[in-house]
Amino acid sequence: MPLSNRHLLGLEGVPKEDIQLILDTTTTFREVLERPIKKVPTLQGKTVVNLFFENSTRTRISFELAEKRLSADAVNFSSSSSSVSKGETLKDTMRNIEAMKVDMVVVRHSAAGTPKFLTNICDSNIINAGDGIHEHPTQALLDIYSIREKLGKLEGLKVCIVGDVAHSRVALSNIFGLITMGAKVSVCGPSTMIPRNIEELGVDVIYNIDEAIQENNVLNVLRIQLERKAREYFPSIREYAKYFGITEERLEKNGKDIVIMHPGPINRGVELSAAVADGLHQIILQQVTNGVAVRMAVLYLLGTMN
Amino acid sequence: MKIVFNNVNVVNPESKINEKKSSVLIEDGIIIKIGKLSSSELKGAKEFDLTGKYIVPGFFDMHVHLREPGREDEETVKSGCNSAANGGFTGIACMPNTEPAIDTAEVVTLIKKQAEGNIVDVKVIGAATQGRNGEMISPMAELCEVGAVGFSDDGVAIKTAAILKRALEYSKMYDVPIIEHCEDESLSGGAMNEGFNSTLLGLPPIPSIAEDLIVMRGILMADYTKGKFHVAHISTKNSVEMVRKAKKEGINITAEVTPHHFTLTDDAVKTYDTNTKMNPPLREKKDVEEIIKGLKDGTIDCIASDHAPHADEEKEVEFEFAPNGIIGLETQIGLALTELFHKNILSLEEIIYKMSINPRKILRLPIPKFNKGEMANFTILDLDEIWTVDISKFKSKSKNSPFNKMILSGRAVGIINNKKMFFDYNFINI
Repeated sequence: MPLSNRHLLGLEGVPKEDIQLILDTTTTFREVLERPIKKVPTLQGKTVVNLFFENSTRTRISFELAEKRLSADAVNFSSSSSSVSKGETLKDTMRNIEAMKVDMVVVRHSAAGTPKFLTNICDSNIINAGDGIHEHPTQALLDIYSIREKLGKLEGLKVCIVGDVAHSRVALSNIFGLITMGAKVSVCGPSTMIPRNIEELGVDVIYNIDEAIQENNVLNVLRIQLERKAREYFPSIREYAKYFGITEERLEKNGKDIVIMHPGPINRGVELSAAVADGLHQIILQQVTNGVAVRMAVLYLLGTMN
Repeated sequence: MKIVFNNVNVVNPESKINEKKSSVLIEDGIIIKIGKLSSSELKGAKEFDLTGKYIVPGFFDMHVHLREPGREDEETVKSGCNSAANGGFTGIACMPNTEPAIDTAEVVTLIKKQAEGNIVDVKVIGAATQGRNGEMISPMAELCEVGAVGFSDDGVAIKTAAILKRALEYSKMYDVPIIEHCEDESLSGGAMNEGFNSTLLGLPPIPSIAEDLIVMRGILMADYTKGKFHVAHISTKNSVEMVRKAKKEGINITAEVTPHHFTLTDDAVKTYDTNTKMNPPLREKKDVEEIIKGLKDGTIDCIASDHAPHADEEKEVEFEFAPNGIIGLETQIGLALTELFHKNILSLEEIIYKMSINPRKILRLPIPKFNKGEMANFTILDLDEIWTVDISKFKSKSKNSPFNKMILSGRAVGIINNKKMFFDYNFINI
């Protein structure tokens, strides 16, 4: 049974069967990653372009490794600037790249909707590797896979997304995916970082981090952007860390078994204390490993559709 | 040359004319007679059978962006006039956010010169402040002398309350309106309306209160200065309610709405089609409902397109990077008839007020009269023609419309003005 869409633009509206298929396929590739030779010939002869218009280290490496381990030919295109400042429009850039006969495009861009825009102007399979503050579906899929791996199920689990939800593509994709898979999702953060009408997505809003710890099985803790624009949403890093940072004391005080996740990179001492970042509750490095397997699954499922 | 329109309904509420199946005789662009014509009167005339159609006072769009001077690749005075003629307008007012801005007599004169002899009357809105930068009011006296009919910093609101106060006080001497693009600068900069959809789409939001705050500022300032304040492209529920209340209190305030703000909601943005990106952004259902109510009860005086041409290569980009605005001259009448007339929200007379008479009143322009000896200034409407919007047939130089392929009921089939006629997509010698 193939996926229902030949692109992965986000998790909004993606049916449960598709997510299930990706997760199950991930398990297969997860096993490949444990072999001495971590490579399969599945996408031999396919060309994948990693089109990164925004700085990224781990997502780009994760995709590149996934592509190479599927024996696809991977090409990287990085440009930190927007098309506007570069002088060539994205449409022209994309058409030029496609003229070189590529099969799939992985795109990261600061502007929301760019992957969708690419589907209108080219024929390749498009995979969204993060568009603005919209979606980051493979991150959410690896988060969901990691929860399932750790706790054995998704249905009925309570997951809270903590931090700057309003400016996070990871949050939105997680909300869509987790709700589809039957989990109960809440968000927790300073009220200036919780988007308007988020309740309409079917999530609860919590402003107290202790309550979030008590109420949930999993905390997915977002990175706080420390650059100036994001900083306007809370008074100081100190205040954020004090009222929303996850510390060992907080976890102990609330005396509860909880899984701590983080999409990285971590601001140690801000959203997670160093002890929690390296502690027993967290599964941060498992997430990273699973990320490669999830991306292999997505590339494989899309790359063998047509 | 003599021309006659036969079997046509003639409606002009300002001239108290409402005749069914009548005839109109025009000679050299001047109205000779409306009513039954004798065979001698018909002799030698070119006849048009307009069975079922309506002749109404020429429609006027008070909010049009021509891109001359500066971006003649997107629209010129001439191509904008062709677009207006094809859309059914005998007059337009052009906005001052050109390059350079319309803040000197020379630029006003240039535009006037380019429009000379055109079938479409082009009136000029001058910049409210020099260079539209909000620091110093523009030379309004001189601009009025060469023909400016209102002032605006459209694209942005007038920067500070102090400058707005001065602009209202100064423009009062010439009884012309200050036309405000109502958007608080500190809350602006987003790409769509703030709400559930902006959360869903991950697009940076513009909250509705960005508009409301500046509408409120304008109402208070109009009351205080007794100047004329006009709200451009009103788009929010709160703003409509505030204008309604202000009018009840006798404050000198008027408002316009665009067809896209009474037709579409921010649901349309879900496609990430950059032709759904405009400022003010498409709002929510509750806003559209209040706008409809405001059109019905007279809170909103007129309909204007905010015709904003942009080159394809500027619109075919990432949503956040695309410029704001859509063209509207050639879809406006169709949308008003489809969404307002055929849905029994406005009568034909009310449409005529909102698209012909009121905008001219706001700008203190003469209203086309249907009396013997007057120059014919008509829009000819077919209220029932079902047609499909086709941007490739537009006369505008730009094609940025979200309404392409939409099926509409009712169309302007022609205009007569300045002793010229445009009918059925073509100019006709009269």
